[in-house]
Amino acid sequence: VKCRVCRGPAVIDVRRHNANFCGEHFIDHCREQVRRAIDRFEMLSPGERVLVAVSGGKDSLALWDILVDLGYEADGLYLGLGIGEYSDASGDHARAFAATRGLHLVEVDLREDHGFDVPTGAKAARRAPCSACGLSKRHLFNTAALDGGYAAVATGHNLDDEAAVLFGNVLRWNTEYLGRQLPVLPERDGFPRKVKPLVRLTERETAAYCVVRGIDYLVDECPMAAGNRHLAYKEALNDIDVSSPGAKAAFYFEFLDKASHLFTSGTEANQDGLGECTSCGAPTTTEICAFCRLVERAAGAEPVPVRAPRRG
Amino acid sequence: VVQVTLRNPRRVLEVDGPMRVEALLNRLELNRESVLVIRNDTLVPGDAVLDDADEVEIRPVISGGSA
Repeated sequence: VKCRVCRGPAVIDVRRHNANFCGEHFIDHCREQVRRAIDRFEMLSPGERVLVAVSGGKDSLALWDILVDLGYEADGLYLGLGIGEYSDASGDHARAFAATRGLHLVEVDLREDHGFDVPTGAKAARRAPCSACGLSKRHLFNTAALDGGYAAVATGHNLDDEAAVLFGNVLRWNTEYLGRQLPVLPERDGFPRKVKPLVRLTERETAAYCVVRGIDYLVDECPMAAGNRHLAYKEALNDIDVSSPGAKAAFYFEFLDKASHLFTSGTEANQDGLGECTSCGAPTTTEICAFCRLVERAAGAEPVPVRAPRRG
Repeated sequence: VVQVTLRNPRRVLEVDGPMRVEALLNRLELNRESVLVIRNDTLVPGDAVLDDADEVEIRPVISGGSA
């Protein structure tokens, strides 16, 4: 097959665009998709400082690379989650990427700075590991962005991530979650703006971007997330996309265009009841925020080894 | 033979070349949207032909996925 742009030998086909690309023009394609997402959803303005949530995986490193190439002043934030060898390796990849490109990486370590790790926190709070991890990440991203004076936090959620979450929320008609599933969450008291500039790229495209750019990302995924429900949704959507290329993108973007506005009321109602956490000052609907409650339970608990969760 | 490395769990298969990448993925029952095929650090498109003595990696791209 030949590159759509230069007619040279292609290295990848992108069926939903009915296009093949050589390496150079595939990189251009990825940058253009990110630029269009940023413009279309008014994610960032030129010159704004952005804090990129970096895990060392394909999505976050591709995102950081593209934002820097597009001219944004983008620093990275790496959270040490204490998930055994996985966290050690992910930190190594994030640091190596930052060092080779001369970029600034902010680091926060859950155990060093807050006295627990994800496996321990999950057990102590009787939460699923992904729940304790997500709660910690949201809180620490918010805090780091506000402390550092960044205009926005950028995360590496891609089209597959967003389509899979939408699929799960539609299956159960979780209307409150549907109202929050937007590529941009605007800044409001105590929360920084959150943006997802990769929503126009699939996981296959972000992985391919890293291979073509020579970015050494951590291929292995978190052992605690193995077998989770979203993985099955992603596989189901990819099965549909093989027989109907573009269906996955249409499912997500048509939702944004035609239906997402129908589900916003729950989110707005929640904003009215926000106060300040009496422990850390973060916005919360309760006296003490969920992260501080997690710290209370988990800090000082006996450390729990990393183990893949059993799923029914 | 073509040496094919897969992940999660990591394993190596041998298949007879020449074989098109698409045919290999079909034979392994892998969804082409869920993997990349890499030969010598370079992406290989679906219509490429793998020859004997080629060493390729089939890399999952779904977070937590296998290949």
